[in-house]
Amino acid sequence: MTDPKKSQQDLVVVKNLVKYFPVRAGLLQRVVAWVQAVDNVSFTIRQGETLGLVGESGCGKTTIGRTILRLIEPTSGQIIFNGVDVATLRGKELKAMRRDMQIIFQDPYASLDPRVPIGESVMEGLNVHGVGTRQERFEIMMDTLKKVGLEDYHARRYPHEFSGGQRQRIGIARALALRPKFIVCDEPVSALDVSIQSQVLNILKDLQQEFGLTYLFIAHNMSVVEHISDRVAVMYLGKIVELASREDLYRDPLHPYTRALMSAIPIPDPTVKRERIILKGDVPSPLNPPKGCRFHPRCPVAVDRCSQEEPPLKEVHPDHLAACWLLK
Amino acid sequence: MSANREKLLRVEDLVLHFRTTVGTVQAVDGINFDLDYNRAVVILGESGCGKSSLAKAILRLLPRNVGAYSGKVYLGGSDVMALSDEEFRQNVRWVGISMVPQAAMNSLNPVIRVGDQVAEPAMIHMGVKKEEAMKLARQMFEHVGVPEDFLVRYPFELSGGMRQRAAIAMALVTAPNLIILDEPTSALDLLTQANIFNVLKRIKKELGTSFILITHDIATSSELADEVAVMYAGQIVETGEAKDFFPAPLHPYAQMLMASVPRLRADQDPEFITGQPPSLINLPPSCRFAPRCPKRRDRCEQDPPIIEKDGRKVKCWLYA
Repeated sequence: MTDPKKSQQDLVVVKNLVKYFPVRAGLLQRVVAWVQAVDNVSFTIRQGETLGLVGESGCGKTTIGRTILRLIEPTSGQIIFNGVDVATLRGKELKAMRRDMQIIFQDPYASLDPRVPIGESVMEGLNVHGVGTRQERFEIMMDTLKKVGLEDYHARRYPHEFSGGQRQRIGIARALALRPKFIVCDEPVSALDVSIQSQVLNILKDLQQEFGLTYLFIAHNMSVVEHISDRVAVMYLGKIVELASREDLYRDPLHPYTRALMSAIPIPDPTVKRERIILKGDVPSPLNPPKGCRFHPRCPVAVDRCSQEEPPLKEVHPDHLAACWLLK
Repeated sequence: MSANREKLLRVEDLVLHFRTTVGTVQAVDGINFDLDYNRAVVILGESGCGKSSLAKAILRLLPRNVGAYSGKVYLGGSDVMALSDEEFRQNVRWVGISMVPQAAMNSLNPVIRVGDQVAEPAMIHMGVKKEEAMKLARQMFEHVGVPEDFLVRYPFELSGGMRQRAAIAMALVTAPNLIILDEPTSALDLLTQANIFNVLKRIKKELGTSFILITHDIATSSELADEVAVMYAGQIVETGEAKDFFPAPLHPYAQMLMASVPRLRADQDPEFITGQPPSLINLPPSCRFAPRCPKRRDRCEQDPPIIEKDGRKVKCWLYA
């Protein structure tokens, strides 16, 4: 999937990634079914870019993020980070690689230890990886706190003393302390009030500039993703249905699902009237996804073929991929 | 007193304070607003500004640590604050005003069929027989777009969006004139949110119900709102018609709040409000937004009055 026109290097290459979770039942806890969380997904993340990953709850976007970090083992498929296959790493090599990839979690209230001063929390990764002397680690921690807009005296305080936005900045500082190359941002602003969301987004953007970071930005809010991403992948039921540059995707969404998502984005102005695409029903269960195109039962323009064969993700325009039989 | 000239709801100087070990939390601190029949008002504000407490104060759903609770709430012209708790329960709650609480879709009883739960308020508050109540529940399911055969299902068999619709059906079954919705779509996906708001719009048109919509989701709320009230630190700082408010809010807080909403295909990045809302304990005598306000002047040391401007009300010295 590498494009020869791009001089930028791929930092993360995901090839045919599959993750099924077993469903167990009965006395013997036999596997009775599989949740097809991620099903044959391929994409790349280029050095220094932000790839936005959007989709509704349960579409597998968090699973992808965690599988890349190997917090979850993939069922099959390859994840190549910085030229190395992540799945083959063991022990010291795996630990060394993890220094380069970090994660920012969704809920800043649940992801910090309430009984540890936040300075200690930020230093934890440095201690685990044995970076420098204690004094050096302390200095890195203080410096990192400043980078996210916190003050020296904050280091001794406990999580409950901070507001939601500040806690999320602490979460960013934790991820940043090891100076990673790549950060998975899993819904980093969706738990925050809208009045402080863009402050956190700005910090992420500034840090990306300063440290040359690469982000996988997982979110369900299309407007937020537009503000931060260079390219955007749209997921539906474990599949990527569309992948394009931000400009192309938002100007000219190709897949019917992307179009429905776009039309559902509320505009805070009651004087604006527009047509909405209302989809039938709910997202089907990933336990038993529909045959053919997974979106066909809800698709307003589905044809016979859609219920029979699964459409591949193919290049419709240069660098604009979509998985739909109706697109030539 | 001409009853037909009365507004559906009038709230005057409503106060609800909570006692805590660290001081008095002034969650609702002198709220005034009114709402007419078949209208929807959205109450906007950040977390912790007291908007959910306002709903509780109107419906008298109070925890044990209530400090001050005073003011007037007129429903169809009669003062419901003067009623005893039992009178309030019989005549106001559910039959006059019902509520869809926050995360309502997770508040259904998991071991009772959805239809029976939706019918229950009708049996208790309207005194109808089970059969009649189930008929009403069936009608309400139709209004909110839940298939009829879901009446006999259990909550776990329904998706989040369907359970939220069932919760709305429950609030509708007693045919109240007013429904208070506390964050009705914040746990739902984008497409489901759009569907729920279409349901609410249809109910408003078909049944003439009024809504108080409490939310921090500014963009989504603009779909339904006829009027807007912006809350900050326990007080309403601006009220007005939605069509006037959304394009051009008056209060500096409302302006900054609107500017922080990320918009699709926008030319500018969204902004943010520096600092954080004040604690509702020991509030200063100044304008409560002054510490974060870019337009702050000396005068803001005093609490600003509510100023009327072109039929809109704003609590800010800028318009004095």
